[in-house]
Amino acid sequence: MANEVVDHGRRRFLTSATAVVGGVGIVSAAVPFIKSWEPSARAKAAGAPVTQSLKKIESGQQLIVAWRSLPVFIVNRTPEQLAALPKQDPRLVDPKSDGSSSEQQPKYAQNETRSIKPEWLVMVGICTHLGCVPNYVGEMKPEPFDPNWQGGYYCPCHHSRYDMAGRVYRGVPAPKNMQIPPYHFVDDTTVQIGVGPKEGA
Amino acid sequence: MANVFARIGDWVNERTPGLAPMYRKHMTEYYAPKNFNLWYYFGSLAMLVLVNQIVTGIFLTMNYDPSASGAFDSVQYIMRDVEWGWLIRYMHTTGASLFFVVVFLHMFRGIMYGSFKKPRELVWLLGMLIFLALMAEAFMGYVLPWGNMSFWGAKVIVSLFGTIPKIGPALQEWIMGDFLPADATLNRFFALHVIALPIVLLLLVVLHLAALHEVGSNNPDGVEIKKGPKGNRWDALKPADGIPFHPYYTVKDLVGVGFFLLIAAFIIFFAPTFGGWFLEHDNSIAANNLVTPAQIKPVWYFTAFYAIVRMVPSAFGTAVWGVLGMFGSIALLFALPWIDVGPVKSIRYRGTGYKVALTIFVIAFFCLMALGMDLTDEYFPRIFGAGIDITLWDNVFGRIMTVAYFGFFVFLWLYTHLGWEKTKPVPDRVTTHD
Ligand code: HEM
Ligand code: FES
Repeated sequence: MANEVVDHGRRRFLTSATAVVGGVGIVSAAVPFIKSWEPSARAKAAGAPVTQSLKKIESGQQLIVAWRSLPVFIVNRTPEQLAALPKQDPRLVDPKSDGSSSEQQPKYAQNETRSIKPEWLVMVGICTHLGCVPNYVGEMKPEPFDPNWQGGYYCPCHHSRYDMAGRVYRGVPAPKNMQIPPYHFVDDTTVQIGVGPKEGA
Repeated sequence: MANVFARIGDWVNERTPGLAPMYRKHMTEYYAPKNFNLWYYFGSLAMLVLVNQIVTGIFLTMNYDPSASGAFDSVQYIMRDVEWGWLIRYMHTTGASLFFVVVFLHMFRGIMYGSFKKPRELVWLLGMLIFLALMAEAFMGYVLPWGNMSFWGAKVIVSLFGTIPKIGPALQEWIMGDFLPADATLNRFFALHVIALPIVLLLLVVLHLAALHEVGSNNPDGVEIKKGPKGNRWDALKPADGIPFHPYYTVKDLVGVGFFLLIAAFIIFFAPTFGGWFLEHDNSIAANNLVTPAQIKPVWYFTAFYAIVRMVPSAFGTAVWGVLGMFGSIALLFALPWIDVGPVKSIRYRGTGYKVALTIFVIAFFCLMALGMDLTDEYFPRIFGAGIDITLWDNVFGRIMTVAYFGFFVFLWLYTHLGWEKTKPVPDRVTTHD
């Protein structure tokens, strides 16, 4: 017994088998801990639609409402702002929102104004770069960040710029147009954010 | 009395015979080069700050409330109502910034004197891991007061991970535990900041020093005292150019501690926010998920890396490139021992090309820092006139500096791998031996 020859092959096998079983055990035990970081049931449940009256929003004004704790911009665009939109096309990354930004709006808002009604812009006010809330700079006048400014959004974080339909300009860090949430008009002066228009409507 | 201490000492030694030899190995019989200069203060100062952060941190925890509804108010409570709470908090916030001052200087010393080169690669790698852990620690600490800057800082940094194609958005939700920074985010950052990362940091510092003491310190001449002549006043077999760490360097380090505390106390008492550099103004407004502060920028020590994110434009429908650039700028530091393979360590005996490159690198780092702090937005119009297109100027300036930052590593690789460097003769012993 005392002077038996060591069987190295067998020892190696047992060592690796122990290591593998132990490793699998550790990885499996880690799963619940990793999963515990995912949004909890409570966090997922908080996401009801939001209804907002448009009566008090004057032409050229923006109102911010919270939906799923995200800021949603509601803008009553002026005729001048709307007229400037097509002229921006050559300076934009994805003017028709059918390239990299094809997922950034519901089908019913995939148009030049990115909206259901041309004047009403309803948009999630989160920069597609790293998630700041861009500032609304509606006036068409030279700005320090763009001498040719035609109204739109300017992100304070890394200076991304968007036009009055949330379409991103070329040469800025943000890659995509801002997101349009599902929404519909309950009546002429009320929108509901979080639910799209009924089928066929 | 002395007798009692000696008896207690003997009693302990009998039971842990390893303790006294360990003390000798790392203190009285650890022979460090005798030519250390000012640049060698920052390691011990980093340890001092680490202790300060842990002690003040523990006391802050006693009154801080890590919930989205209570965090902001609890910090105001510490500042106004807790006896001496303001001092403890300012010691912690000032300590955080000074930690980075000290660590940046410590790292620069390592680059300048080639302390990352063979045989100290592991010391350097462990140091870089400390640096990463420190950045994570500082970021999470910054989120805790739940001011508006905390909130948006958290949002932007977490969104860095959201730019990774495919898995990004899910990863981002996983980190935050919600769709925006929220209670869950704050709770987990608190747990990481007060317990997980400090443990990691302490462990890494122990390993950093263990690795250093195995190979011995480098010095401003970049010569290996272990390869030089043997025999000093204390030991015939130890390096002639070494002196015992204790008492020689403990006393020297105490002088450094004195100066450092003087500066730190001045800041804590007279300029705790340091003009918005150490504590940002917008962070005295509570977190608001609907309004981004007009000017959002990280604390000064992150700005250089952060400016790189901004300078790289998005391409192919993703913003991941800027993020890769930022992580790359740190990854290159990790790889430094294999990028700069020049045989001469210290800048004193290296080629002119190296000195020029290092100077440009430092300038680029400071310029990126200024850019990340939005200082350029303020000064460019003053220098070049109010009508200029700031975005354009920022981009041109920042991209040149970004190229200079990365260019340093490219240049060093070529310079040392292709043997372009013309070095001066390195002395056999440290220059200040008697
Ligand atoms: C918590 C942070 C840190 C602490 C407490 C710390 C502590 C120390 C101490 C006490 C020394 C010896 C004294 C000295 O040379 O100054 C040292 C040496 C060293 N450290 Fe650190 N360190 C830290 C972070 C770093 C970082 C971030 C790096 C770089 C990536 C680094 C790289 C080095 C190198 C290369 C040496 C050897 C220097 C030489 O021998 O010339 N350390 N460290
Ligand atoms: S988050 Fe808007 S530009 Fe970066």
